[in-house]
This record gives sequence, C-alpha cells and structure tokens, in this order.
Amino acid sequence: MVLKDELRQFVTDNLMFGKPCDGFADDDSFIERGIIDSTAVMELVAFLEQRYRFKLQDRELNPDNLDSVNKLARFVASRLEPKFAAELGPGRVLLGPGPLQFAGKNGPGT
Amino acid sequence: MNTTTTAFSADVLNIDAAAVSAVIETEIRDIVLQRLNRKGVIVAISGGIDSSVVAALCIKALGSTRVLGLILPEADSSPDSLYFANLLAQSLGLRTHLEDIAGILTAAGCYQRRDEAIRKVIPEYKDGYKCKIVLPDQVNGSAYPIFSVVVESPTGERTKTRLTLDSYLGVVAATSFKQRTRKMMEYYYADLLNYAVAGTPNRLEYDQGFFVKNGDGAADLKPIAHLYKTQVYQLAESLGIPEEIQKRPPTTDTYPLDQSQEEFYFPLPYDKMDLCLYARNREIQPEEVAPVIGLTPEQVARAYHVIDSTRRATRYLHRPAVLCEDVPEVPHDAGT
Repeated sequence: MVLKDELRQFVTDNLMFGKPCDGFADDDSFIERGIIDSTAVMELVAFLEQRYRFKLQDRELNPDNLDSVNKLARFVASRLEPKFAAELGPGRVLLGPGPLQFAGKNGPGT
Repeated sequence: MNTTTTAFSADVLNIDAAAVSAVIETEIRDIVLQRLNRKGVIVAISGGIDSSVVAALCIKALGSTRVLGLILPEADSSPDSLYFANLLAQSLGLRTHLEDIAGILTAAGCYQRRDEAIRKVIPEYKDGYKCKIVLPDQVNGSAYPIFSVVVESPTGERTKTRLTLDSYLGVVAATSFKQRTRKMMEYYYADLLNYAVAGTPNRLEYDQGFFVKNGDGAADLKPIAHLYKTQVYQLAESLGIPEEIQKRPPTTDTYPLDQSQEEFYFPLPYDKMDLCLYARNREIQPEEVAPVIGLTPEQVARAYHVIDSTRRATRYLHRPAVLCEDVPEVPHDAGT
C-alpha cells in the first residue's frame, strides 16, 4: 500500500469511524472538514509514531504537517530514515502489514 | 463572514446590572416554584465569582430560607476556596453544609487512576508530586490543542511532558470523578429537601463546553448561562459580592498545582475571550475587533477558530440522551 493510501485509510477508519469519505480529497483540510479535534490529533500522532517509528516534536504538531492526506504524506516521508527516503520519492513507499518495507528497483522485496 | 453595522467597542458587554438581576430573579422564581415545582435551590459554592453570583441571585429571588449552599472540597482543593465560600455565606446570610468528598473520590480511585495515567508518560510521578495539565498557546501560534502535563517534584523541580492519547483520556476520566461526585452530593440534598439544583456556568463556559458531562454540566436551572463572564462581574458588584471574591483570579481548582483557565481551556483571559465570543457571534471581522482588545487581526482570527472548533468538539456534552424511537408522551422539554 502506498504511504498516502495507508494514511487515508487510517483517517477514514479511525478518525471518521469508517464513514464514507464523501469526496474527501487528498488536499482537503481535516480541520475545515471537521474531521479532527484534539483527541483525533493525539490518535493520529500515536499512529504516526508507532507505524513509522519516529517521535514527533511539539513544534511539528501543527496543521502545516498534519492537516491533509498530502501534508501528512509529505511530512512522514520527510521524517523517514534518510537512507530509505533517499531511494524513493514521496508516495513511493510501500508498506506491508509488518515492519516498514520499501520498494526496490524491481518491486517489493528486491 | 458578513460585516455588521453595529459599532464594536470594549463597552458592548456593559449591562444595567440591577435590571438584569431583576429579570433573572423573576425567572428563578418562576422556574423553581412553578415550572419545576420545587421548594428551593441547592447551589454548590466554590468561592468563585459564578457560584457566588448564582447564590446571591437565588437568595434575592427566593429568600435565604429556600437556598442551601454546599461547600464540597476535596484533597486537591485550594484552602482559599473554603475561605472564600465561608466569606460569601457570611455576607449573604446563606445557609451552608460542608461535605468533604475526598473520601468518596479516594474510594472511587480518582486520585490513583489519575496518577497512574500520568505515570504512563512520567514514570517517576508518585506521592509528594503535584501536577496539572496545560494547553499550548493557540492564539500566538497554530499549534494543535494537545495537552501536556506539568509535574512538580517534592523539591520543586518542574517538568512538562506532552500527554499521549491514553494518558490524556485517563487523566480527564479520573479527574471528572470530582465534578460528578459533587453533582451527586448536590442531588442528594435536592432530593432530601425537594429543591432544584442550580448550575453556575457563565456564557463562555456554557458555549465552549467548559464543564463535565453529568458533572458540573448537570443542573435543573442555569441562571447565568446567558451572561458573559464580564457581565457576571458587573452583577457581582451590583449584588454586593465581597470584593475579595470579585478580585480573586479565576481558577479551575481541580489539580494539585494552581491552574488558570487560560492554561487549561481558554486561549485568552476571560475579558478578551468574552469580546471575541461576542464578536464571533455577530460575525464581526477580526480587523474591527483587534484594536479594541489589543490583539492583531491574526490573533483574533485564531481565537475565532478556537471558538468554532471547540463548539463543534463539545456539542456532545450538551446533548441529552438520544432515543432510538421517539416517545411522544414524554416531550423533550418535559418540565413545561
């Protein structure tokens, strides 16, 4: 699953309680769509830290980094391990159910 | 936003306190004696301005023999609260009962559960430590309203750590025992005396959901919920509330460490919040509001955003139980 898709899935399943997206675009502001409140942000932070294995600093907890699928994807990609991020551009990170996996030149696992 | 033609100034919240008081007193009499069919009112008094004004209004409306003040301290209560509550009672001729709810809270695990939640982020937190939870500055920055816990060691050293979701929910759930236990005690006396329970939120608190559901949010009547806190202070002066109480800074009196309402909930001091709320309700542009309250238009815009998002987030606190199917024989406003 591409990073952006996994982030969208998390938002839909956990912050929107599985309700249909209703035209929820990757650039839509979570705040303006009323999707996110303080507890939802905390849930999102917990997910990001556990899933992508980095610690969010207080100064990073702002809408510029977290307020849409696209912003989330850019932010997460920027915080991933540099050796992995260097091989891939944004949106090219593939994720399995377990530890983070990255696409090689010839597809997953290579 | 639409621009109104009403001139916005720092005086927009000025009221004829005596006239407003008279209207509220008439309403209290009608609500308690006619609509609720109760003999009097219970008011939990904290020594703060809101409960003091509500107690005074109830006494003026019903007479002191029909009003009972409850003083409900617990282990984390400031000693000042007891002093100010007694000062109020003396000055109004208010009958009071004191019920220390620390034992109930201890038995329910309030303090233990709260401390366990804090230890999820600060493992060394234990007896002798003090705490409070605080929000980041939301007016001067664009930070999300994520709470941190401030902890003070027995030697006075303070640290601040961002709360995780489960630790935050744990702290809030445990602390809410306090408001809900107080309400339990208020309704005990209400049932005992066939009285109604008066809630004491002002408009800012009521609008922004600054209460615990079925805790201090529960009541049979809320005499000052339509008044901005600024106006509550005007009533306090008119009603002769002791000056010491009028001058006391608003406090939550909920955590072991002193905690202001700005640290915990509102992004600005109450006088500025009131004006922002008033202006937001009338869709007055931030550019018109900013010079009146000494902020930049950007800061006012952020305050508006906090008001809007907090209203959305706390809608749940105002909702009564939702029925799966209407019971038409019981109207939604069953008191009329």
